[in-house]
Amino acid sequence: MKQNYHSGTSRKNKEKIIRSIFFVIALASGLTLGLIVVFLFMEGLPIFSKVSVKDFIFGIYWYPTDDPADFGIFPLIIASLSVTLVSSVISIPLGISSALFLAEIASRRVREIVKPIVELLAALPSVVIGFFGMVVVAPFLQEIFDIPVGLNLFNASLMLAFMSVPTICSISEDAIFSVPKELREASLALGATQWETIWRVIIPASISGISTAVILGMSRAIGETMVVLMVAGGAAMVPRSIFDPVRPLPASIAAEMAEAPFRGDHYYALFATGIVLFLFTMAFNMVADYISNRYRQVGAATL
Amino acid sequence: MKDIRKIKKGRKITQGIFFSLFKIATAINGIALLVVISFLVINGWRAINWTFLTQAPYDSMTKGGIFPCIVGTIIISLGAILIALPIGVSSAIYLNEYARPGKIVRMIRLGINNLAGIPSVVFGLFGLALFVIWLGFGVSIISGALTLAAMTLPVIIGASEEALRNVPNTYREASLGLGATKWQTIYRVVLPSALPGILTGAILGISRVAGETAPIMFTAAVFYTPSLPSSPFDEIMALPYHIYVLATAGTEIEATRHLQYGTALVLIFIVLGLNLLAIFYRTRLRRRL
Repeated sequence: MKQNYHSGTSRKNKEKIIRSIFFVIALASGLTLGLIVVFLFMEGLPIFSKVSVKDFIFGIYWYPTDDPADFGIFPLIIASLSVTLVSSVISIPLGISSALFLAEIASRRVREIVKPIVELLAALPSVVIGFFGMVVVAPFLQEIFDIPVGLNLFNASLMLAFMSVPTICSISEDAIFSVPKELREASLALGATQWETIWRVIIPASISGISTAVILGMSRAIGETMVVLMVAGGAAMVPRSIFDPVRPLPASIAAEMAEAPFRGDHYYALFATGIVLFLFTMAFNMVADYISNRYRQVGAATL
Repeated sequence: MKDIRKIKKGRKITQGIFFSLFKIATAINGIALLVVISFLVINGWRAINWTFLTQAPYDSMTKGGIFPCIVGTIIISLGAILIALPIGVSSAIYLNEYARPGKIVRMIRLGINNLAGIPSVVFGLFGLALFVIWLGFGVSIISGALTLAAMTLPVIIGASEEALRNVPNTYREASLGLGATKWQTIYRVVLPSALPGILTGAILGISRVAGETAPIMFTAAVFYTPSLPSSPFDEIMALPYHIYVLATAGTEIEATRHLQYGTALVLIFIVLGLNLLAIFYRTRLRRRL
């Protein structure tokens, strides 16, 4: 009896230990996030002893290898924002329309074929999309718009749109799909057509999920590196037209890191650029998180 | 009466227009995928032969094959998954089996969500600062694999959680009712039933990692290595980085075009192949459930 009692407590202790082990491992993601912040700031902040935060962010000259060097990332920020904006003009309608088709119109059979296609589109490596943009889209744009360079803001936005459509589509589809059947049936029973039901009932009911999808799609576009590195053209200037070459934040980091002397000003400036990019995506994610928590959607979407 | 019919007809037409627009939008996805794949196949298949797949590049990369890149990509993807899988599955077990909803769980989830949103190039910077420089691993397989593991962790956790959620609660209750402890229940009952789902997640994780370029640019990949890696601290060549280098940095960009197509084709063959495998596997799983 005593022994039994004994093994009972040891069993309990063992369970406790196992539970704690899993708890500690579950903290790994948070720890990684923390380490990322620490190391970005550790390697990025020293640049601000040379350049003020204001001059760094609003300076319009990015000549990191000149003597004296200019570290103004304003053109890079504008480039990042403009490719994200232009790409979302394409990707938002495309993504939401595809989601509506999949969730509301397509038959089960069609859905089972189309969903994997969207997933495969999401799985295309960014370097392949960038390559496609360089080799196929750039000459094509040059020809039809009669412009000097095919690698430009518009081309990059187009390629980025293809990368964010699957994100927008699958997250909004999830949100639309989980609108309760009763709402749909009630609207149809009142004599509304299927389209009227979608427009007046389904979309309002799932708008928070759709907004989250849009924001996450834009967040993916602003952080995407290879596409803008290969396709955007690379000129660190504030663009004047949609066909100007630009140099978004990730492209600048990826292109210059290899040549930046270790722990030199250029190196620190690139890490500081990483901080700015990190803060942008962080802000996007916080907004998405806020929307999906604050405006709980009708029905049980798992976002 | 006639008016009502007219209105009805108008409503039908509006619906028809919008539904066609939705269909076109969806079709564009399919067309885009088809165009990219067929473009690579048409231009790349001639480059692919036995020599291309089994030889190293030579003559400053204008001739020869991509064998070291294939090996490098496989090694680094497997390495990343071997690191991320145990951590990811354990995190998912904690979140799904042990944790009670509350502040701590919300914080953990917030961490995972934010980690998922970090741009790949920022992971590259992180890997460079922590693994390559601070820990002194240098540009190496281990630095790259750790960087990629950090990046793919949220994907693995998400997939594993879904797999665990899909295990019916009756399984757990039956096992606990027979006197098994929580851990015994997880280890003997829950994990085996969730295993196929977890593996699907792992396959998707590998496919994603294999195609990533930005995180390995500063941490693992180099233009050219004369020999295959022999230790985890060696640098490697990798398919995605090879495409990038050939397409942008060489002096012979036009001359190596066929090699670029071929490399891209091999890469999407691996990535999409793994994805199709996972999709196929998952559909079968869902049917069984």
